[in-house]
Amino acid sequence: MKKFTKVTSSAVPLPIENVDTDQIIPARFLKSITREGFGENLFRDWRYDQSHEPKSDFVLNNDIYKGSILVAGANFGCGSSREHAAWALVDYGFQVVISSYFADIFKSNALNNGLLPIRVSEDHLEEIFKAIESDPNASFTVDLENQSLLIAQTENLIQFEIDAYKKMCLLNGYDDIDFLISKRDEIEKFESTYKVY
Amino acid sequence: MGLTLFDKIWDAHVVAQIEGGREILYIDKHLIHEVTSPQAFTGLQSRNLPVFRTDKTIATADHNVPTINQHLPIEEPLSAKQVAMLVENCKDFGVELYGLGHPNQGIVHVIGPELGITKPGMTIVCGDSHTSTHGAFGSIAFGIGTSQVEQVLATQCLLQMKPKKMRITIDGDLPPNVLSKDIILYLLSKLGTGGATGYFIEYAGSTIRALSMEARMTICNMSIEMGARGGLIAPDEKTFDYVKGRAFSPQGALLYEAITYWKSLFSDEDAIFDKEIKYSASEIAPMLTYGTNPGMGIKVDQQVPIQTDHESPESFSKALNYMGLKSGQSLEGMSIDQVFIGSCTNSRIEDLRIVADFIKGKKVAANVKAQIVPGSKQVEKQAIEEGIAEIAEAAGFEFRQPGCSACLGMNEDKVPRGKYCVSTSNRNFEGRQGPGARTLLASPLTAASAAIEGKIVDVRKYPS
Ligand code: SF4
Repeated sequence: MKKFTKVTSSAVPLPIENVDTDQIIPARFLKSITREGFGENLFRDWRYDQSHEPKSDFVLNNDIYKGSILVAGANFGCGSSREHAAWALVDYGFQVVISSYFADIFKSNALNNGLLPIRVSEDHLEEIFKAIESDPNASFTVDLENQSLLIAQTENLIQFEIDAYKKMCLLNGYDDIDFLISKRDEIEKFESTYKVY
Repeated sequence: MGLTLFDKIWDAHVVAQIEGGREILYIDKHLIHEVTSPQAFTGLQSRNLPVFRTDKTIATADHNVPTINQHLPIEEPLSAKQVAMLVENCKDFGVELYGLGHPNQGIVHVIGPELGITKPGMTIVCGDSHTSTHGAFGSIAFGIGTSQVEQVLATQCLLQMKPKKMRITIDGDLPPNVLSKDIILYLLSKLGTGGATGYFIEYAGSTIRALSMEARMTICNMSIEMGARGGLIAPDEKTFDYVKGRAFSPQGALLYEAITYWKSLFSDEDAIFDKEIKYSASEIAPMLTYGTNPGMGIKVDQQVPIQTDHESPESFSKALNYMGLKSGQSLEGMSIDQVFIGSCTNSRIEDLRIVADFIKGKKVAANVKAQIVPGSKQVEKQAIEEGIAEIAEAAGFEFRQPGCSACLGMNEDKVPRGKYCVSTSNRNFEGRQGPGARTLLASPLTAASAAIEGKIVDVRKYPS
């Protein structure tokens, strides 16, 4: 996993609630056996029409919005456990997703792939959408070390929560698996004392 | 202070606590399938690791398998490759596989219980969100992502934060022809798709106790739709009777010992939940969804609302627009195009019996294409032996071979653009059953009646 420290970027607005994993990456594109290449089909059915032409009204097809930060409505990532949703966002180039609410499994999948989900209040989300609306180039700075999100336009510095262990993983580029493997002895000891039917 | 059912099982599986509140949780059973496992096996290969506990790992092919001619090679090249990859990985890593053609093959959440793999007191995970199904047996079961699949393959453990606990109690008798699917769709309509985020739900109350094991599975299955990590129900005599005598069940003295332990798995009277909700069964009716998430549901005799508490006006009108429906419109009497009876929510033998009872001697309406996709090879076999397949075909249903099928449209079973499908599955997201497909989630009985009448009808008006 790549280390995550600081990101300064403009953001792509997606002011829709309940963006589910079937929208992020439809099931028919899950047939790959590698982790790469899913970005091409990110938001496939919102992004392309039936004849595979880009839909001009979808934000990813609008050149004025760019950047490695996606800002979305509440309950982002609900639906299936498919990690392909996180892979697709990362593969497309996103490093951060901001929402007022994330679905549990999505959040954990994102963190396992170096994609930082930042939960902000409804009011702050509104403020961020407004900033982008008034200036598509509005800049945001995410500082993981200090757990802060700076809205350059309003000079508002928002603190966000992330659990200490996950923060350490992201900053150092570690995954859970490295940690668990280091605990194999303890796991074997547990197995010898425990009974399951 | 007393413990909840969830605490009792969770605490028994904690290997160690680590800084920051995370715990190393031991996993008793890991179920894998072709779509979310290839990248995990690749990860093991690149780290040069074996599967840590092959005896606690079981694989099946279900998500993208065809539901006809399963004895022939899979035509679609990418699906064929994914299934072949699973076969190869299971062989290389020594994992038991119930692949295509195997008598135990089927949807991963259908075969776990029917083989007795799923038992009370266990921790069960799978790279699929509907793993919550297994909670019906009084186990902690939840879906995980592929990185976590790799973690469990490598260490039989996961790093987890203990979720909060919620109890939903439902008491009283259900009205006639109202099924467990209606209960969960009702709960969803009340709580919305984010109503249980961060929680693990225990379902309790006399209504839940009165349900069969299969009906309980339908409820636990859709816990994830409310944002919950999972749902579970305390095991009782019905649970023990169901588990007894299955392929992976304990036998003889061990079974006796197991049941003694399982009987300790309930929430203590003084257990404290982070949230408690109560409903009465009498207020539940046959339910249908009208929108593009499972929380957008109404009773069959209600009208599509003007707005809900769970969606912004923009999202709400986007959903209605996609569905081709209008606020104030009745679903009852609306003409439909397709009926899908299947998926890990409602494809077990009991579901098929309910459908067969209803459609026996009747004919599918001329405007409807209707399919039954059994959840597993065993369900398929039983349905053939009991004459259900014959009844279905005589009525004009297609009776297919087991798999996830039109639940997620990964194989060729898709709903065409703009068509209305009454489906017993669990998700009505945009494009879930195929690009542009319009899904109305319902119980097997509501789906069966829609197939026969060619439109949505209130099943309470039929004899039960
Ligand atoms: S039937 Fe549908 S919901 Fe169930 S495991 Fe298969 S794809 Fe997932």
